[in-house]
Amino acid sequence: MPAINSLKTLTATSVLLGLSGLASGVASADYSDEVVRIGVLTDMSGIYTDLSGEAAVTAVHMAVEDFGGEVNGIPIEVIHGDHRNRADTGASRAREWYANEGVDMINDLSNSGVALAVAAVADEQQRHAIVNSASNIGLTNDYCSPFVTHYTYDAYSLAQGTGKSIVEDGGNTWFFLTVDFAFGIGLEEQVSDVVREAGGQVVGAARHPLDTTDFSSYALQAQASGADIIGIASTGADAINAINALAEFGVIPEQRPAALLLWYDDIVSLGLETAQGLLLTNAFYWDANEETREFSQRFYERTGRMPNMAHAGNYSSTMHYLNAVEAAGTDDPTAVSDKMRELEINDFFATGGYIRPNGRMVHDQYLWEVKSPDESEYDYDFLRPVHTIPGEEAFQPLEASSCHLLDND
Amino acid sequence: MRTLTFAATALILLALLVVPFIPQLIYSIFIMKTLCFVLFACAFNLLLGHTGILSFGHAAFFGTGAYVTGLLVKDYGIPTDLGILAGGLVAAALGTIIGALAIRRSGIYLAMITLALSQLVYFFFLQAPFTGAEDGLQRIPRGTFLGVIDLRSDTALYYVVLGIVCAGLWLVWRTVNSPFGNVLRAIREHEPRAISLGYPVARYKVLVFTISAGLAGIAGSLKAIVFQLAALYDVHWHTSGDVILMTLLGGMNTVFGPAVGAALVSALNHYMDPFGAWVTVITGLVFMTCVLTFRQGVVGQLGQWFRSRRTTMPSANSQRSHAHQQ
Amino acid sequence: MDIFGIPIQALLGQLMLGIVNGSFYAVLSLGLAIIFGVLKIVNFAHGAFFMLGAFTAFLLAQYMGASYWVTLFIAPLAVALFGMLFEFLFLRRLYGLDPIYGLLLTFSLVLVLEGGFRVAFGSSGQPFATPEQLRGTINLGFMILPIYRGFVIAAALTLCLITWFIIERTSLGASLRAATERSELTQAFGINVPRLITLTYGVGVGLAAFAGVLAAPIFHVNPSMGSSLVIIIFAVVVIGGLGSIMGAIVTGLGLGVVEGFTRVFYSEFSSTIVFLVMVLVLLLRPAGLFGREEG
Repeated sequence: MPAINSLKTLTATSVLLGLSGLASGVASADYSDEVVRIGVLTDMSGIYTDLSGEAAVTAVHMAVEDFGGEVNGIPIEVIHGDHRNRADTGASRAREWYANEGVDMINDLSNSGVALAVAAVADEQQRHAIVNSASNIGLTNDYCSPFVTHYTYDAYSLAQGTGKSIVEDGGNTWFFLTVDFAFGIGLEEQVSDVVREAGGQVVGAARHPLDTTDFSSYALQAQASGADIIGIASTGADAINAINALAEFGVIPEQRPAALLLWYDDIVSLGLETAQGLLLTNAFYWDANEETREFSQRFYERTGRMPNMAHAGNYSSTMHYLNAVEAAGTDDPTAVSDKMRELEINDFFATGGYIRPNGRMVHDQYLWEVKSPDESEYDYDFLRPVHTIPGEEAFQPLEASSCHLLDND
Repeated sequence: MRTLTFAATALILLALLVVPFIPQLIYSIFIMKTLCFVLFACAFNLLLGHTGILSFGHAAFFGTGAYVTGLLVKDYGIPTDLGILAGGLVAAALGTIIGALAIRRSGIYLAMITLALSQLVYFFFLQAPFTGAEDGLQRIPRGTFLGVIDLRSDTALYYVVLGIVCAGLWLVWRTVNSPFGNVLRAIREHEPRAISLGYPVARYKVLVFTISAGLAGIAGSLKAIVFQLAALYDVHWHTSGDVILMTLLGGMNTVFGPAVGAALVSALNHYMDPFGAWVTVITGLVFMTCVLTFRQGVVGQLGQWFRSRRTTMPSANSQRSHAHQQ
Repeated sequence: MDIFGIPIQALLGQLMLGIVNGSFYAVLSLGLAIIFGVLKIVNFAHGAFFMLGAFTAFLLAQYMGASYWVTLFIAPLAVALFGMLFEFLFLRRLYGLDPIYGLLLTFSLVLVLEGGFRVAFGSSGQPFATPEQLRGTINLGFMILPIYRGFVIAAALTLCLITWFIIERTSLGASLRAATERSELTQAFGINVPRLITLTYGVGVGLAAFAGVLAAPIFHVNPSMGSSLVIIIFAVVVIGGLGSIMGAIVTGLGLGVVEGFTRVFYSEFSSTIVFLVMVLVLLLRPAGLFGREEG
């Protein structure tokens, strides 16, 4: 039975290997396995590739390079993976990274289902996860963790940004075109609350299935509602198809569309001709000021595209994490978590930004309006600032959060 | 030949047993996920390969298992073992209903009925408040197995999953190699003859549908416990497509070919990250090559190759039956 | 006058829009029905060819400055040629086998095409302008209809009728139908059946691409635009009755209308209703609405 014998030997060696691996982990207490490893878990091949994807990985690489490639003499390594927009694939990859491959922090996390699943793994494994591309506010409520940071934006900030500003501008009656998904319905509810609170009125809503192509029926329903504002609670292809149909049926400009989550990339796909006049809340726009332009120019040279808010968030949050590791003098997750919540964030992305105990990064949000083709003077000149929503207003008040780390009960 | 197969099976089983001890080489959660799909594909093939019924809606059973188990364990505090059992039972019941409707037609029409009914099931789970729609049913506790084994440990969970999947596969194997399985094959080969021989063909078909659905449900339940979540993708028609793919890649005329197919597809999904955006294209090309070159599936083709070698080498063991080939 | 609380005028409007949407279904399901009828292959790549049509039109317009009218002819032709090449090189190796292999091969093609376009052009899609001559709206009394949508109905139905006429009323169509039913016998009469089959696949695929070009100005052009369409189109063909050309066209239109009304009364269910209809039809009329009952 030579086969069985060799198998036994193999098992024995591997057990030994496993033990020695453990031993070396214990030996250096300050930095686990002598390297700070960052994993970018993103959609590399599906519908969100433009929102995060390859460019998100580049953004993290840029942050690491700008930081100097090492922290307190310990090298920083970046790896990336594809979650295929499946929560189980994402959770499985995250677990493997944390448990077997010594990943200290996972960044990006497009897709809410994936983000929630990875947040659960991060909490259990006590390693860091930073969510930049997903919007689910459960991450800083029921599913909050000392190791999870929700960085760029969330559904609440979208609602506050777009909803409130528009009601204040006189858009009183609302009709929603909502994607029949938790994301869309949640967003619709958030904005409805904001609208009612600000004295506006919600006159109706139509909920369409995901991946609807023909929005003509909804355009007529929106038209018939007579509402001032058509709130579009969807994103990507659905939002684009909805806006196209509203324009085609002459609903725009009689009634005004408000896109509740529109990405920079969606404006590119819509074209300014159709998109002009749209209002949107984004945490970042490449052409906002000198600093954003400097970053965006470098990003453009690397990727051939302008960064959107998720890319900028990926960069800024990676930088912040590394700053915290440096300040803490260790990559011990709890110490880093404390430092991350202690240090202020001041860069091109955020001014005076800080992370609350529930993991929410608080920073200003901006309402933008899409320029008309005539107003656009150079390539990628798409947005005009309308106003700034201070961080304290943009995000859910801490006392309203159901996070178990707070004593809100 | 039989000894060879026995040795291969024993070797695979041994290899599976040591997985949790070699985390540097292989990741046990990945193997657990693969095992779930192995059971799913083999259960599916009871219909496709052994009865000649193409179901294009098997995700309905897989996903139902996952959601039922998740809901019971998470919201009602039912012990994990009972939760898994319940997932299998509900999926089996659903299989009886869908099977009874679908088998009134045959061929492509049958496939379309199963697709349509599974879309209705998808719609139900999309709308049901407890599923969390695209966010998924998250943070399902793993709990304990039979009240003693703490499943929070990946290693403990691994052996439980391995045990249940092996039991499921054994059931598949028993079904195929039983008088019942012979009748199924008779139905596949020539249904009118099976009817004229006096077999209650419709009842047999519903029964095999029920077994297949129940095992698919258990596969889904296990996956829900392993990942602590149930998601819409589990009931989506893409998953129904995935399982057809696994079965064909492995070989639908074999008992455990689909298992190899499932492992292959899982590995493709797991190890292709370095290819970045190209992963979809590469996967497509791999499938295309498989369909065009070894149509009987990996295991089917291997079996054929072995058999043809044996016929050209008369001195070899005269026993020609490939153990996978019934 | 109201029906279920909705003014009849609004319902007429929805009916009209249903027909527009149904026009797309009609052209797509017609192509799928022809391919299934002759090749006995379930062309899973139909949605991908739809996408390919839209993208080819976009590329022609973007990089060669082709006008919409030119792309409306060239793009389907180019896609049809590509489809014929695919049939000639790969698909034909699977004839006579279990149809499931054809399904698998065309599914692999979907992965290659969608994945390839995503790599090349990104996932978020491209803007495509409505042709100058067809912009604006007309007032139909009960609704304001964008001119382009009216054009879609006209173009789609014309093409459907031409295709139907060729298949049912010409000698080419006759040999096609003969090849479908008695392949060897037709060959014995000196008709080149393989070439006929290649041509049929080209026509089916070309129809899908034509629908894609029609869709480009109103539906967002992106690599996954056809992926959720394909199973709906399957359902339409099965409801109409496999092998029935007219069945596919009429069911396509009808389904568009049914879906349109569902959007008003139970919007969430609108992408699922087709499957409910299919189950009911198959259980009550096994061969579909227009299919001939066989055995």
